[in-house]
Amino acid sequence: MNSTPLFDFSVDKENKTVYMTREFNAGLDLVWEAWTTAELLDKWWGPKPMVTKTKVMNFEVGGRRFFAMVSPEGHERWFIQRFTSISPKTNFKTYNTFADKDENPELPGSDWDYNFSEQNGITKVSITIFNESRERMEKMVEMGAIQGCAMQFENLDELLAALSQK
Amino acid sequence: MRRDIFQAIADPTRRAIIALIALQAMTPNAIAEHFDTTRQGVSKHLRILTECELIKQEHKGREIYYQLEINKMKEIDKWLEQFRKIWETRFSQLDDLLATIQKQKK
Repeated sequence: MNSTPLFDFSVDKENKTVYMTREFNAGLDLVWEAWTTAELLDKWWGPKPMVTKTKVMNFEVGGRRFFAMVSPEGHERWFIQRFTSISPKTNFKTYNTFADKDENPELPGSDWDYNFSEQNGITKVSITIFNESRERMEKMVEMGAIQGCAMQFENLDELLAALSQK
Repeated sequence: MRRDIFQAIADPTRRAIIALIALQAMTPNAIAEHFDTTRQGVSKHLRILTECELIKQEHKGREIYYQLEINKMKEIDKWLEQFRKIWETRFSQLDDLLATIQKQKK
């Protein structure tokens, strides 16, 4: 795969659903491992310039990943991914929420569905994010904006204010 | 009362209203002619869209015209664009990690 890897991103605002598909130039075993083991997740989840630190990882149905994304200034944002379904090397599902550092979830969260498949040494990962309500969609997108505090914005309001001033 | 954009665009009639006045500013009567619902029904949709700051009123003489509030529409796309960028960055970091691991194995 010499060209830019395939990356599809689409949003169904009516159904409050986000779809993402991405291809990776690696076999299924390795890609699955990168998504399901804390040690590897922490090496790529970032996103730069943030780093991710997984405190608890229990990859089994009913288990969870409790992790923080840490900004360059040391500001931590905690998240919980609860594993609701696992079909090894094919699919897993999580229920994601914001949390505080003591692992109290901030509801509502969103349901994530991750699919993995390999063809000719290329592994495709498809993610569908369902939001039951508009609040959930907003919260999730807000989460995205906060994660994007690559630009040191502490919250969505500041981000939007700054953007609208441009 | 604060309303949010997602609520506003969740309704098919409201999406149709947005599409209509995207082309040109229109009076409530002109908008209502495009729908089977009652004038009151259309007024309610217009009120919700106004409260969400997706559309705004403009007085021209004795008539009120509704037009799109473009900035608010862009706000949703900005949020989503932000979200998309995060995943783009994250995925490219994963590309690097996978490449590194594969090299080590060779």
